[in-house]
Amino acid sequence: MSAATSASPAAKTNAAPSTAPNTAPKSVRRRNAGLGLIAWLVGILFVLPVLWMVLTSLHSEADAATNPPSLAAPLTLDGYREFFGAGGGPSPWFSLANSVTASVVSTVFVLLLALPAAYALSIRPVKKWTDVLFFFLSTKMLPVVAGLLPIYLFAKNSGMLDNIWLLVILYTSMNLPIAVWMMQSFLAEIPTALIEAAQIDGARLPVILTRVVAPIAMPGIAATSLICFIFSWNEMLFARVLTGVIAQTAPVFLTGFITSQGLFLAKVCAASLVISLPVLAAGFAAQDKLVQGLSLGAVK
Amino acid sequence: MTDTTTTTTTPPGAPTGRTGTPASPAKPPARLRAWVTRAPLLPALIFLIIVTQLPMVATLVISVFDWNALYPEARSFAGLANYAEVLSDPELRKSVFTTIILTATVVLVSLVLGMLLALLLDRRFKGRAAVRTMLIAPFLLVPVAAALLWKHVLYNPEYGLFNGLLHAVFGDDAAQPDWVAEMPLGAVEASLVWQWTPFMMLILLAGLQSRPMEAVEAAWIDGASAWQVFRYITLPHLRRYLELGALLGTVYIVQNFDAVFTITSGGLGTANLPYTIYQTFYQGHEYGVASAAGVLVVIGSIIIATFALRVVSSLFREEARS
Repeated sequence: MSAATSASPAAKTNAAPSTAPNTAPKSVRRRNAGLGLIAWLVGILFVLPVLWMVLTSLHSEADAATNPPSLAAPLTLDGYREFFGAGGGPSPWFSLANSVTASVVSTVFVLLLALPAAYALSIRPVKKWTDVLFFFLSTKMLPVVAGLLPIYLFAKNSGMLDNIWLLVILYTSMNLPIAVWMMQSFLAEIPTALIEAAQIDGARLPVILTRVVAPIAMPGIAATSLICFIFSWNEMLFARVLTGVIAQTAPVFLTGFITSQGLFLAKVCAASLVISLPVLAAGFAAQDKLVQGLSLGAVK
Repeated sequence: MTDTTTTTTTPPGAPTGRTGTPASPAKPPARLRAWVTRAPLLPALIFLIIVTQLPMVATLVISVFDWNALYPEARSFAGLANYAEVLSDPELRKSVFTTIILTATVVLVSLVLGMLLALLLDRRFKGRAAVRTMLIAPFLLVPVAAALLWKHVLYNPEYGLFNGLLHAVFGDDAAQPDWVAEMPLGAVEASLVWQWTPFMMLILLAGLQSRPMEAVEAAWIDGASAWQVFRYITLPHLRRYLELGALLGTVYIVQNFDAVFTITSGGLGTANLPYTIYQTFYQGHEYGVASAAGVLVVIGSIIIATFALRVVSSLFREEARS
């Protein structure tokens, strides 16, 4: 770590950290503190719409729609009550349950398919394993919308339209390449010496997988699952085209939630937050692995 | 491509058992062993080919038929007529143009902002983790929710936050623009930039943190200015991360449907190709034309993806070597 990057604002109070050589000139330190302040301001600017959404969701509809905005209006949970169907509107539970089914089941399927595949691409690799890996990745590059019509026609003719299992299958295929890439990179980090040692000790494959591979790969499996969950939960194009009343997912419910009559800001904010909550939780939980998943394993 | 740092257990091309492993007395033939190695891979591979590749082939087939769902009896072979229609239809041509503008603007702006933020976050300051978390928040909203937030809570001309702030700051005669109507494409772009800047920031931050510090320290000792360090050490190192961010961003944003669908419903000249294709078959029932447009999007994506894959593979190989 260079001196220039290690100078923290705390250094001003003569409590210089012993690990960092504090040789940076005062001007550099002051500039770093200034840049830290800018970072804070930009951070606040970025999160402001989200915070505003939280505040609006806690206002009454009338207070949410004032101009200029009323910051100090009394707080209420009416928006959330309305969203959960208190005002006689459609209940969101059906679509939330559908989203949970589609996201969780597809994530389980993805892991069931991706783990063996990643094993065959890292620990006991097939010939030309990099080519196979890149084939997986290339399928992710093709736009979803181009295959939508045949999938729609297939669903219509086979009676799978408005069936949540169709979404489960599609989300599995959508996330499989990412999962294979991520799992491959996690499994490749397992020292081969460890596996060989277990083999020499006479351990059979199931034992090696459960006692040696699984414990090391577990954090990676968790991160992969969270990212697959996020992508499935967010998906809207497939859900919009292929589901109707029964299999409707939460994002589709959200778009149908806007009414042309009356005020709805507080309600929409409450709804958006509730529906985003699982993603926010999963995203912050997987924060460190998020880049790896989103960059399809290219960045660690 | 055959860098095998992770593969010391079985070097490819040497299927004849390993030293140190108690080989079973009756060795199965090499071909069988190859299939045993391949077996765990097959379910995933077959599943993926069926679910993602077959529909693409079907799209290709449908694209050469004149097929309107409302007149199913009139389905007939049309050759390349659908492609001619796609390329000559002013609306579809415009949506190609819109897609390019939308994608390029969002990718470039969020890449530049993301780099500035990554450079800021690469320094130590109080509450760096908190700032990072705040910056990631926009990316973790469900895309539809983010689009709704921008459309109704921020852009609304009567009680949106933007006009509310203008009102609060400049008094009663402040301008109260109708953001979505006056700059529809800009409105969509701004919401996407807000969501994608964190993504670029995360990739570039990872790049910055993998920068060799010895070189930077040496440059500092030699009296290089901050700008020189950035220009001659940081930027060249970041180049591939910038490329990666741009290409992955392009791949994701070319496909954007949620923001266009929610904020403008494709109106006011903001319909991009995914939205237009969706509409052509979902509301227009023109299956042949929609498929031809789809094939064209695939061709465009393949061009971008070729570059993207090349960048990923160069990073991948470097990773394997280190």
